[in-house]
Amino acid sequence: MNISYMYSLIAVIVLFLLAYVGAMLPGGEVFFGIIIPYLALIIFILGFINRIIDWARSPVPFRIPTTCGQEKSLPWIKPNSIDNPTTTGGVIIRMFLEVVFFRSLFRNTKMALKEGDKLSYEWEKWLWLFSLAFHWTFFVVLFRHLRFFTEPVPALVEVVAKLDGFLQIGLPELRISGVVLLGALIFLFLRRIYIPQMRFISLASDYFPLFLIIGIAFTGILMRYFTKVDIVGVKEFTMSLATFKPHITQGIGSIFYVHLFFVSVLLAYFPFSKLMHLGGIFMSPTRNMVNNNRFKRHINPWNYPVEVHTYEQYEDEFREKMVGVGLPVVKPLAAKTPEEAKEPEEKE
Amino acid sequence: MTNNKKIYDKGMVIIGLCIFVVVITFPFWFNFGNAAPAPEPKIADKAKAAKECVRPKAFMKVEHMQILNEWRDTVVRDAKRIYVNSSGKEFNMSLTNTCLDCHTEKAEFCDKCHDYASVSPYCWECHIDPKETK
Repeated sequence: MNISYMYSLIAVIVLFLLAYVGAMLPGGEVFFGIIIPYLALIIFILGFINRIIDWARSPVPFRIPTTCGQEKSLPWIKPNSIDNPTTTGGVIIRMFLEVVFFRSLFRNTKMALKEGDKLSYEWEKWLWLFSLAFHWTFFVVLFRHLRFFTEPVPALVEVVAKLDGFLQIGLPELRISGVVLLGALIFLFLRRIYIPQMRFISLASDYFPLFLIIGIAFTGILMRYFTKVDIVGVKEFTMSLATFKPHITQGIGSIFYVHLFFVSVLLAYFPFSKLMHLGGIFMSPTRNMVNNNRFKRHINPWNYPVEVHTYEQYEDEFREKMVGVGLPVVKPLAAKTPEEAKEPEEKE
Repeated sequence: MTNNKKIYDKGMVIIGLCIFVVVITFPFWFNFGNAAPAPEPKIADKAKAAKECVRPKAFMKVEHMQILNEWRDTVVRDAKRIYVNSSGKEFNMSLTNTCLDCHTEKAEFCDKCHDYASVSPYCWECHIDPKETK
């Protein structure tokens, strides 16, 4: 038993029970359905902005992009303009591919000792594949949920929902994204449990969001395919939230409030957790910087003005004495004629 | 730099945060001033007269799609057309001849909620509503 995931699991179970029982109490529906979600959204937006502003206050004086290709140099050497961008355009392409396809994770390798003590770096794409699957399906699920928050529902949401259910398995149609989401989450969890090094470095804050999102997916799937909810009633309620005229629809059932509570907890927890990589990816200096050290000077913003005493000033101060003892000077004494000036290379 | 109040790349950061807020608050400004009340499906007179559907109303409300799916599989695969409900009443398993017989107006009954909840069942890719003219 590992204390990190046990604590997270217990926390999520407690949250489940809290909402499940709480929504049945008098006034519980208003609390878990209206007060908590609005509060969570406010915490999410303000916390997110606060965190980003906080990060933006940290100066990044030096160009520190990770260079994964040939830098632009001599004209006959082919530069890699995406993996070692020297222009803003290159950075935009690099950021786009990073955010949308997790390009840097694709380079993931596994280091292992093979055949005794032979060091090898192995192909390791599973993390890339499953995290891509997780992030994309989570986005699709989130996007599909716009059908509960818009009226009329935008055509694109309907198209995505249709594509998502194109296998036409059962009724209500099986949504591929939901299944893949839960599967990818379980992979990401098992990865932390089964790989000893991963288990060693995993903290409660790594497991908690995993369990929470598993909880969200699980309650969602439960409602759609198994326990069932009055979908029109749910939309009536969610639309009342979206139009700021909140009122409770009766008889939706506790599982719905658990689902909503999990999402609220996720939103409120978001700005204070590692989930802030949503905003952080755009602010990571190893990705978003132009590698132009060699042709642009970047001055450290916290440099204070340093009082310097240059050699020229030193010579001005002591020239006569230097000439007097026969030391070489760059600039000859003013009295002397220019052609007698000493050779500059003599100075040390 | 804890006492440093300067925001670096201020323009970019502000633009990014504006995009974030606009995207996150999408449902609020998209529906602004839009009441969007829940639809009231119209129960046709014949359905009213029959009083009860194949199963109780609360069940039908959330499970009708599952029943239709079972009906389709039973009819198409096993060639069985008779459905017996919990109170022993027999029904012909047919969307067009049984369901639409009572619920005469698809547009006023089925479509009302389906459109509201953005559900587009593929029933109507094969079945037709006899009274609906396209």
